[in-house]
Amino acid sequence: MPDSSAFAPDLSACRRSPQDIVVALAGNPNVGKSTVFNALTGLRQHTGNWPGKTVSTAQGYCRCGGTGIVLVDLPGTYSLLAHSAEEEAARDFIRSGGADAVIVVCDATCLERSLILFFQIAAVTDRVVVCVNLMDEARHRHIHVDLAQLERTLGTAVVGTSARSGDGLDRLMRCAADAAARTPSGSPGPETDEQDSRRAVLLAEQAARACVHRDKPDSDALDRRLDRLFASRRTGFPIMLLLLFFVFWLTISGANIPSQWLSARLFSLQDTLSALLLSAKAPAWLHDALILGVFRVLAWVVSVMLPPMAIFFPLFTLLEDFGYLPRVAFNLDHCFKKACACGKQALCMCMGLGCNAAGVIGCRIIDSPRERLIAILTNSMVPCNGRFPTILSIISMFFLGAACGPGATMLSALLLTGVIVLGVGMTLLCSRLLSKTVLAGMPSGFTLELPPYRRPQIGKVIVRSVFDRTLFVLGRAAAVAAPAGLVIWLCANLAPGGISLLERISGALDPFASLFGLDGVILLAFILGFPANEIVMPIAVMAYLSASSLTELGTAQLHALLVHNGWTPLTAVCTIVFSLFHWPCSTTCLTIHRETGSLGWTLAAFALPTTVGLLLCFVISTAWRLLAML
Amino acid sequence: MRTSQPLSSLREGQTARVLSVERAGELSRRLLDLGLIAGTPVRCIQKSPAGDPVAYGIRGAVIALRREQADAVLVQQ
Repeated sequence: MPDSSAFAPDLSACRRSPQDIVVALAGNPNVGKSTVFNALTGLRQHTGNWPGKTVSTAQGYCRCGGTGIVLVDLPGTYSLLAHSAEEEAARDFIRSGGADAVIVVCDATCLERSLILFFQIAAVTDRVVVCVNLMDEARHRHIHVDLAQLERTLGTAVVGTSARSGDGLDRLMRCAADAAARTPSGSPGPETDEQDSRRAVLLAEQAARACVHRDKPDSDALDRRLDRLFASRRTGFPIMLLLLFFVFWLTISGANIPSQWLSARLFSLQDTLSALLLSAKAPAWLHDALILGVFRVLAWVVSVMLPPMAIFFPLFTLLEDFGYLPRVAFNLDHCFKKACACGKQALCMCMGLGCNAAGVIGCRIIDSPRERLIAILTNSMVPCNGRFPTILSIISMFFLGAACGPGATMLSALLLTGVIVLGVGMTLLCSRLLSKTVLAGMPSGFTLELPPYRRPQIGKVIVRSVFDRTLFVLGRAAAVAAPAGLVIWLCANLAPGGISLLERISGALDPFASLFGLDGVILLAFILGFPANEIVMPIAVMAYLSASSLTELGTAQLHALLVHNGWTPLTAVCTIVFSLFHWPCSTTCLTIHRETGSLGWTLAAFALPTTVGLLLCFVISTAWRLLAML
Repeated sequence: MRTSQPLSSLREGQTARVLSVERAGELSRRLLDLGLIAGTPVRCIQKSPAGDPVAYGIRGAVIALRREQADAVLVQQ
């Protein structure tokens, strides 16, 4: 069994000066703790509307009056009775007096439940401030929280905040500084036990009854209507698939035009750069290496990868902010239960659609170490953003037939949705296989909170996802693409004994690759694409181009180029399948190693999807060739 | 009819009050964390497409529980 301590976060606070005070932010999952943290520190921890979004602890620094405050964002927890390594870390941090004051962040729309944690913490330390967050949302829902009454009932400073707009945060920090200045009364009480928890539940019930007034009894009517739409027997699954399809359709149709525009610009820039280098009397090899090697791959990566990413990331973040992802987990939990895994794995899978490394980190929301490992090992079976464009370009070259215009876009989106469904199916199958073999065990308990839907902050989402994520991912891809382009160019042009290195390498890989319906160049591209999946297709095309010359790179020309190099529909299918199931990229591998603390499991996470991919490709290509012989 | 029944037997829209939670270690502690103890009012809000898990309204929050967990909670309507 894996050692759960590997998952425990490090919680030592770093003071900048000895006078600094340490303030911990504690609270239930999804009460907006990270939003409070970001607003106070000016940092940009990712936030989203689902419990467990913040799985790592963050520290930030802010000043209040003359006092420096180290703010520690603890993982969200429902109670001090710890269940997982993160919760244990949060509990120990509070109990050990690691913080001079604790801010308990509560959800104004769900105050009663939030207060349970407060009463548990108040039994351990008396330097506590209550932050009733989401006051704006509570007002919208006609929930009135009587803060003055709450302060009297709890005997603690209470501050109402709306962290999204920043209301109340100044006062919150002043109260925290005041609380930290008090001398703690005696040593912390005994460890929280179930009896204390029960007492806390009853106290919370009384406090909420005295201080919360609902003007409308059915303030959650809209949420329930939406839930009936998104998670009911009849419409739950169809709408999930439709949404997936719709997001892809928007991504594809939206990306087409900027893609072409960028491609045209960048290739005309290539001519300019080329002329510039030639006029500077640069040697021909340097010119070719820079222009045909580095620049061309770079231009390709930017023009093909940037538009879909810049559209997909914000769309995905909107769904995340809205609160749809927990409903996906709710819908899919039954499938995961059958696979002896945890339904929250669906949340990690969704994160994996954006980036598998993020998906692997997200697996921390799963309490059971066994189920968490299953989720980590299978995460790369849903294609990340870096793999969509590869899959898409192959689809549009080989499987759209005569379809064109809006029809073609719809068909691509449909096929891409099919590919994702295949990935999800394989995730479930492999989870089950793991549960029956190396990670044997029964499914453990499952409690998933379905938060209220929230109106996404569209402007913020767009800015955040473009700058924080798209450009970051693109930067990484470009950083890898430039040297990879150079390597490919060198391989294609260094020809000891009259045969280029590229031909030698791909020739050596060819017999092995053809077993799986691929060719040596494709396999080489996947190997070189280990640092970033985004560059697989550009590398393959570069390698083919090194033998022929092509000035324009439209779909038709590309298709001709690939067919000229021996691509058949079988090659296309196998490349798509292999793109879906192969080793995780280097970033993801490093993340897996960090998360599991084990080289063995990292290798397993590397080998599992690769084996699945090779096996599938082998079966497909063998069956295809047998059928062709008949 | 005021007999006890497992939480899992509630139909969508029905409300009940918890009589007891079967002590099954980790599982009952999770429910305790969420404030689900004897005396707590609960509402069956919605079943998932497969009928399991089911979302319950517990102390102002909506929590999805699998059947095994809901079986361990006895309620009275």
